[in-house]
Amino acid sequence: MTPERFFALFDTLAAGLSGDELLFAGLGAERSDFVRLNQNRVRQAGSVHSADLGLTLIDGARQVAGGCPLSGDADADLAQARALLTRLRERIVHVPDDPYLNISTEPARSERRLDATLPTPDEAIGTLTDLAEGLDLVGIWAAGDVMEGLASSIGHRHWHQSRSFNLDWSSYLGRDKAVKASWSGFDWQPEQLRHKLEQQRADLAVLGRPTRSIEPGRYRAYLAPAALAELMDLLAWGGFGLRDHRTQQTPLLKLATGEQQLSPQLTVVEEHKRGLAPGFTDEGFTKPDQVKLIEEGWYQDCLADARSAKEYEAAVNAAAEYPEALAIAPGDLATAEALHALDTGILIGNLWYCNWSDRNACRMTGMTRFGTFWVEHGEPVAPLAVMRFDDSLYHLLGDRLEGLTRERELLLSAETYDGRSTDSSLLPGALVSGIDLAL
Amino acid sequence: MSTATAVSPTPGADALRAIARRFADAAPACDYWTLRLVDETYEGLAVRDDVAEPSSIGASRGAMVTLVTDGGVGYAATADLSPAGLAAAAGQAATSAALHARLGLFDAKLFPRTSVRDSYETQVKQPWAQMTLADKLGLLGDACARLDLGERIVERAAWLGHRRVHQLLVSSDGAHLDQTLSYVHSGLAATAHIAGQTQTRTGGGHDRPGQGGLERLAGAGLLDDAERVATEAIALCEAPECPSGQMDLLLLPSQMTLQIHESIGHPLELDRILGDERNYAGLSFVTPDMFGTYRYGSSLLNVTFDPGVAGELASCAADDDGTPAKRVHLIRDGILERPLGGELSQRRARLAGVACARASGWDRPPIDRMANINLEPNEEALSDMIARVERGVLMDTNRSWSIDDSRNKFQFSCQLGRLIEDGELRGLVRNPGYRGVSARFWRSLDGVGGRETLEVRGVRNCGKGEPNQSVYVGHASPPCLFRDIDVFGGGL
Repeated sequence: MTPERFFALFDTLAAGLSGDELLFAGLGAERSDFVRLNQNRVRQAGSVHSADLGLTLIDGARQVAGGCPLSGDADADLAQARALLTRLRERIVHVPDDPYLNISTEPARSERRLDATLPTPDEAIGTLTDLAEGLDLVGIWAAGDVMEGLASSIGHRHWHQSRSFNLDWSSYLGRDKAVKASWSGFDWQPEQLRHKLEQQRADLAVLGRPTRSIEPGRYRAYLAPAALAELMDLLAWGGFGLRDHRTQQTPLLKLATGEQQLSPQLTVVEEHKRGLAPGFTDEGFTKPDQVKLIEEGWYQDCLADARSAKEYEAAVNAAAEYPEALAIAPGDLATAEALHALDTGILIGNLWYCNWSDRNACRMTGMTRFGTFWVEHGEPVAPLAVMRFDDSLYHLLGDRLEGLTRERELLLSAETYDGRSTDSSLLPGALVSGIDLAL
Repeated sequence: MSTATAVSPTPGADALRAIARRFADAAPACDYWTLRLVDETYEGLAVRDDVAEPSSIGASRGAMVTLVTDGGVGYAATADLSPAGLAAAAGQAATSAALHARLGLFDAKLFPRTSVRDSYETQVKQPWAQMTLADKLGLLGDACARLDLGERIVERAAWLGHRRVHQLLVSSDGAHLDQTLSYVHSGLAATAHIAGQTQTRTGGGHDRPGQGGLERLAGAGLLDDAERVATEAIALCEAPECPSGQMDLLLLPSQMTLQIHESIGHPLELDRILGDERNYAGLSFVTPDMFGTYRYGSSLLNVTFDPGVAGELASCAADDDGTPAKRVHLIRDGILERPLGGELSQRRARLAGVACARASGWDRPPIDRMANINLEPNEEALSDMIARVERGVLMDTNRSWSIDDSRNKFQFSCQLGRLIEDGELRGLVRNPGYRGVSARFWRSLDGVGGRETLEVRGVRNCGKGEPNQSVYVGHASPPCLFRDIDVFGGGL
């Protein structure tokens, strides 16, 4: 799908609008190659070409939404879209006025293209399996185009297209001993891949030492950026949304009311401008460059989508009420010094399956996974058997946060549930004086 | 940004058959092919705080072409169902098959072939269309209003949804598998806030999704359940914290669903055991040598793979590879018998499995999934199990789940707890949770409810696979009693 074809489809469709009808159309499309690997060999290889059209019909204060797949054939797609519009017209007379209907009435245009020269799956996987010879590598290669568009009868015309790759993998030493890495972006450089695999081989050498088991209790820890990302992903689930705050369901309620404070070292920002997601919302609003969520430990703004913004009389500053491009401001701890500062404790390379123990207390649980080591005198000395933590962010990012690293990692989401995700985060590592391990 | 993915006029069964015939007439030259056509529609309605959310209808339609050719297997998915579109997809699949032939994990000869000719259709007594949009919104409005018990309730919602999936699988070996699955789901949620404590309670069929039509609403209790839901949300805010310590645990079917799902269903998935999922969903503490001898739980533990339960979420005639599905025991009298693995995994592992190769849609290839995984009833009444508890907690309705990548160390929390002391139910406790280790937990099973206590439930968000796939999974269970479990409550 090209912007010209999408906008032409919309123009033809919108030409049939009557009376006070308004129409918004969104496009979500992808052309992706997926190659799944196990034991450094191809488990499943294939491709997906999809395109979905979403329509929102507005008449006065009423609105209805619907969608249909697009095949790529212009005539067939127009017929599909017209049939959908007819169904929406049939439905709209049966729905009540919507007091929270909120659309941008200012026509706006934008076009953003992130391009790349990608290798074919055959080239990429051939290079990977050669470089990873001897490793028990398991993971996925995902690459291709993701396209999102928006058009409205008010005059919005937005197009966002990115061509990228995302290689997400783990190398196993045995059972649950593994190190994880990812490499994604727009510039395929096999040398970078070689470097990452060499680092994994070095980490696997430490992982090969006898596993250390520890008792539940509180331990000093350094959380690598990927581990911190897991905590922030869970916090994103209701932590920053305006509706969650106004209905007092946010796990950060005690922070918002001033009952609890996070560390003054902690500043959290939604960086729309830096992110890879489209800069516009389904309703035609343009996202601000950034939204400051937490500043020096105190709660600042919420993420407000169009509907909540209308309900609670706020400005629209997000497409949805969860972060798509979260960043934590860097600290002053050099990453190279992090383990020295830890001295004795746990290096947590990654966390897994986090969920709430008690949202009211911002208390979460999850498991260590991938590259977690027992550290003595600043040196990883043994891999650690998987452990369950159960602790509050008011401690981990509050009174027990000793430092954040100067260097940050850009982590691009490998999620593909609803198509290839454009979410990303920019995070430092975190040194904490204690994390509670429960099992 | 996501678009409202979905519905347009469905092409109908005849149209899908015509597409399949055209593809077969011009089928690519290869060792074996399948074409899986999926046409899906859905609708979602909700009323929140007495305001109707924008109603939405959706559709998804496309095809998955799979080829076995020149020693490799490849797939390609496309929304272009024209002859040219499907031919292009076949070409893409052949390119992927060439990559697999060069660097494949297994011999393409292991790929399962099907010639099954069968059909399945959900029994629907009252079609979704039989009720008008206005009446559905009216019902939800009434339900939402009944949740309003005053200012302590800070958010109320009632919802209703429908999904219909029509899938036609044909193959070069003559398979013709036509399956239509229809679902109706509903739910209620009330959130209360009192003095810094926020609690949410759900009901109205929220965690009892299943196959069927609008007749399912009669059992969901969208209207009748509302007052209980809101009352319990308020009561939970004012209840004491669940006590912490080792004690007995009585899980209602609303929590057993997740307990079965996470610590029996996932560990038994054969692709995990084979290592396919190690980069994402994880592996399993279960190893191939355990089947036939390993004591998974007490002798009260009997678990089946059962695709034949009417109304359960994953009932079907065959899986998405075209393997006919039938009921078998996974665990019998506590002993592990067989894994959840489709034909391909079975051949790779040289283990007998079940027909469970499932795909989330036309744009994803089948992988080993749970379908209906049920814990079989015993003979005990719920009241008898309560009477056998000196000190413990009854827990109702899952609200949080977390388990390690080997599916062993877990921690779950529920919406509502109730103390049990000296054989009698006592007051509510809030934020109830428990942790354990799968390999030991099921051995502490000391009571299983009778058939009259069995409830058929399920989850609609089972995630797994690379690329990611989310599918519906059915679970039926009676209440179960576990001894000496690590129980805890909330707080900083």
